[in-house]
Amino acid sequence: MKKYLRTKILVYVLTFIFAVTIDWLIPRLMPGNPILVLVSRFSGLPESARVMYSYLTKAFGLDQPLWKQYFNFWIAFLKGDLGISIYLYPKPVLDVLKSALPYSLGILLPSILASWFAGNSIGALAARRRRLDSILLPIMYFINGAPYLWLGIILAYYFGVVLRWFPIAGAYSFGLRPHLSWLFVGNFLKHWILPFLSLFIVQLGGWAIGMRNMVIYELESNYSRFLETLGVKNSLIRKYAFRNAILPQITGLALQLGTVIAGQVTTEVVFSYPGIGYILTQAILNQDYFLIQGCFIFIIIGVLIANFTVDLVYVALDPRIRYSYGGEIS
Amino acid sequence: MKRVFIFSTMFLVLFASLIWADVVYPRKETLYAGGGLWSPPSNWNPITPWNAVTGTVGLIYETLFGYNPLTDELIPWLAESGRWTSKNTFEIKLRRGATWHDGTPFTAKDVKFTYELAKQIPEIYYSPIWTWLARIDTPDDYTVIFTFSSPRYHEWTYNIYQTAILPQHIWSKKTKDEILSGANEKAIGTGPYLFETYSDDRMVYLRNENWWGNKVFGQPKPKRIVYLRVLSNNVALGMIMKGELDISNFFLPGVPTLKKTYSDIHTWFEKEPYMLSDNVAYLFINTTKKPLNDPNLRRAIAFAIDPSVIARTVFEGQVLPSNPVGFLPIKGWMKYYPENAAKQFGFKYDPKTARELLDKAGYRDINKDGFREAPDGSKFKIEIIVPFGWTDWMESIKIIASQLRQVGINAEAKFPDYSKYWEDLTTGKFDMAINNFNSQITVSPWTMYNWVFNSQISSEMYNGNFGRYNNQRLFDLITQLNMTPMDDVAGCKRIIEQIAEIHLKEMPAIPLWYNGMWFQASTQVWKNWPSEKSPYAYPVTWGGRWQTGGVLMLIGLKQ
Repeated sequence: MKKYLRTKILVYVLTFIFAVTIDWLIPRLMPGNPILVLVSRFSGLPESARVMYSYLTKAFGLDQPLWKQYFNFWIAFLKGDLGISIYLYPKPVLDVLKSALPYSLGILLPSILASWFAGNSIGALAARRRRLDSILLPIMYFINGAPYLWLGIILAYYFGVVLRWFPIAGAYSFGLRPHLSWLFVGNFLKHWILPFLSLFIVQLGGWAIGMRNMVIYELESNYSRFLETLGVKNSLIRKYAFRNAILPQITGLALQLGTVIAGQVTTEVVFSYPGIGYILTQAILNQDYFLIQGCFIFIIIGVLIANFTVDLVYVALDPRIRYSYGGEIS
Repeated sequence: MKRVFIFSTMFLVLFASLIWADVVYPRKETLYAGGGLWSPPSNWNPITPWNAVTGTVGLIYETLFGYNPLTDELIPWLAESGRWTSKNTFEIKLRRGATWHDGTPFTAKDVKFTYELAKQIPEIYYSPIWTWLARIDTPDDYTVIFTFSSPRYHEWTYNIYQTAILPQHIWSKKTKDEILSGANEKAIGTGPYLFETYSDDRMVYLRNENWWGNKVFGQPKPKRIVYLRVLSNNVALGMIMKGELDISNFFLPGVPTLKKTYSDIHTWFEKEPYMLSDNVAYLFINTTKKPLNDPNLRRAIAFAIDPSVIARTVFEGQVLPSNPVGFLPIKGWMKYYPENAAKQFGFKYDPKTARELLDKAGYRDINKDGFREAPDGSKFKIEIIVPFGWTDWMESIKIIASQLRQVGINAEAKFPDYSKYWEDLTTGKFDMAINNFNSQITVSPWTMYNWVFNSQISSEMYNGNFGRYNNQRLFDLITQLNMTPMDDVAGCKRIIEQIAEIHLKEMPAIPLWYNGMWFQASTQVWKNWPSEKSPYAYPVTWGGRWQTGGVLMLIGLKQ
């Protein structure tokens, strides 16, 4: 067990350094110049634009050679400083993330986890009952295939504009100031439900179909047949099939959880909901090296943590892994 | 025990209602606005105005003058009056009784400080003024005398309604870094609104009840302005229809159609073009590339494009085609309109003339592939670029490309990402591109010329003259215009005639259409929006533009 953890942690640290280096490098390989883009937004006299250009290039340290910028980046990173955003100048990247991430996570984590649980339950259920399966499967395929943008707009239009049950923009009413009261919490939830629901629905189909197929596959594998011929109870066979089928679903969940941040742009645009997704696309369009870096460092950390957790969960779930690292199987 | 309970309940209820009053904005007192905020609020520093939240200048900080483009009048704002006392001295009398939000009186010292700060710190954007401004004197607390070494009348007039005046008692204590790159949260200005709060999708301003202007102009009606960050057109449109957004400065496709069914949507004109014209969309041509370095080809291109098709189809009639010299149809510009040059050398959509011009200049289809070759026989293809996602412009250049193909010029529309587009423009790698970043309504057409023909040609054009058109005589004329007093209309016009003649003969940038002052308002809560029939204010809430009408509109609103 110790050996297993040691190897894993070493691999993760190396992966982190490598991934962050790539994350640092790739924005800088993009064509274009972020300071020029920043200056472009200034509609003043051309003479003034020149003055600002030279000041900002120096202020962001972009006049230094690349290797020096790279070292500066790591030194600052180890001090917990992710630099200053160019797009949201002069807000520090860490502050940008702090104010935007909670909104993203507040939508994404619940929707992914809820759709995972619901999808797996529905899938497993469908695999067991033929008749249910023939109804559920087409629905799930439909949901899974529906373009997200389209679904989001339909939800926003129908529930927001036609029925007027839910608001269509913002994280809470624009006439409110955040404070602790039922009014505010209720208002927040009302704004939260549509974006949440849209993401929940689109992800549901994929999980359900995956689970259904896996369970059917396991039920028809040799060990199930063998158990059947031995006359074992059906419920026990299903239990084994389920335990085997859940493994790939967990890996899928880990990958989803890791990349949550990037997958939210459309939700934010359709529901005009704050969050990091839109900021990240804008950062890329504005070539905001520091903000892109900062966002992806969070994604990298997210992916690594999620995978590490899954590694640990696997040990608990899958005895084969446990035994192979314990040396019981040589 | 019972009494304690009752007391504490009463106290709690009282306390809760106290909080209540402050955290729920009553709908009737609040104005919801959108169209000028695209990123989470992060900056209220008037020294970095291009990144400051809209309203930083205008609502919080104020300028010496305002400008009303509808009447072409400078509005004395923090200044009570201003005039040229000699050829190179400008004297400003300040208003008495104006105070900063913290109660400190506003005086001549603040004005002097604001300008001199840019002398101490040359990184401040308006520091180039010190190459032509000699000194500032303040004989008393309410008089400021600017003495110029070489007065630039047009630039100065533009400057006095653009430069936000800073409080000396606060900003003199800031370090250089704080001044240049501070976020300046909780900004203290002299303006009609105070910084109240913000979050990632909104900025909230609270009315300044002690604003000096209440007695002069009247009090702005909304107690609060909540400026929303709306991320897509359909959300903005939905919010206007639901009455959740009072004023929108977005370009919204479909407004002409919607107006027929939803009478609540207010626009400036009841009929086409619905919107006022705000800035000129120019087609820049790279004059350093072959064969676009040939003015004959550029002129032929101008004749081959029909902006009225673009205005009708892409913009659904919400914009107007430009006149040949790119003058916005406002008093302040049209008084200098170069009729002679426009009549003699002007162009209009005329594919026949375009073909003749091309034939005469030697552009013929030699290899019979349907496209003309350059006079030296080489094939060429022109790429027109606009940023990806700017859908109205994307459609426009598709039309332009097809119109050019009709006269035999091989042209294609391309949509790079914004940063790539901008890099191509600034470094001169493009063939043709549409841009309008600095052609907006101002007090003088000089600002447009100074941008279209920016004389500082270098490897990177930060702004303007992207086609790198180099003509010293033209640059001298533009400088000369800048140094001719603005009230010498005949003198200015004489120079502009010459500028326009060069422009039209050489055609390094083609004015195509006027982008609109996009303005849709909902009449559900606020009424008396400015319009064609009651043109009391220019309906703008974009950053850096509140002093040209936005504040006056807030004062004129009714319920």
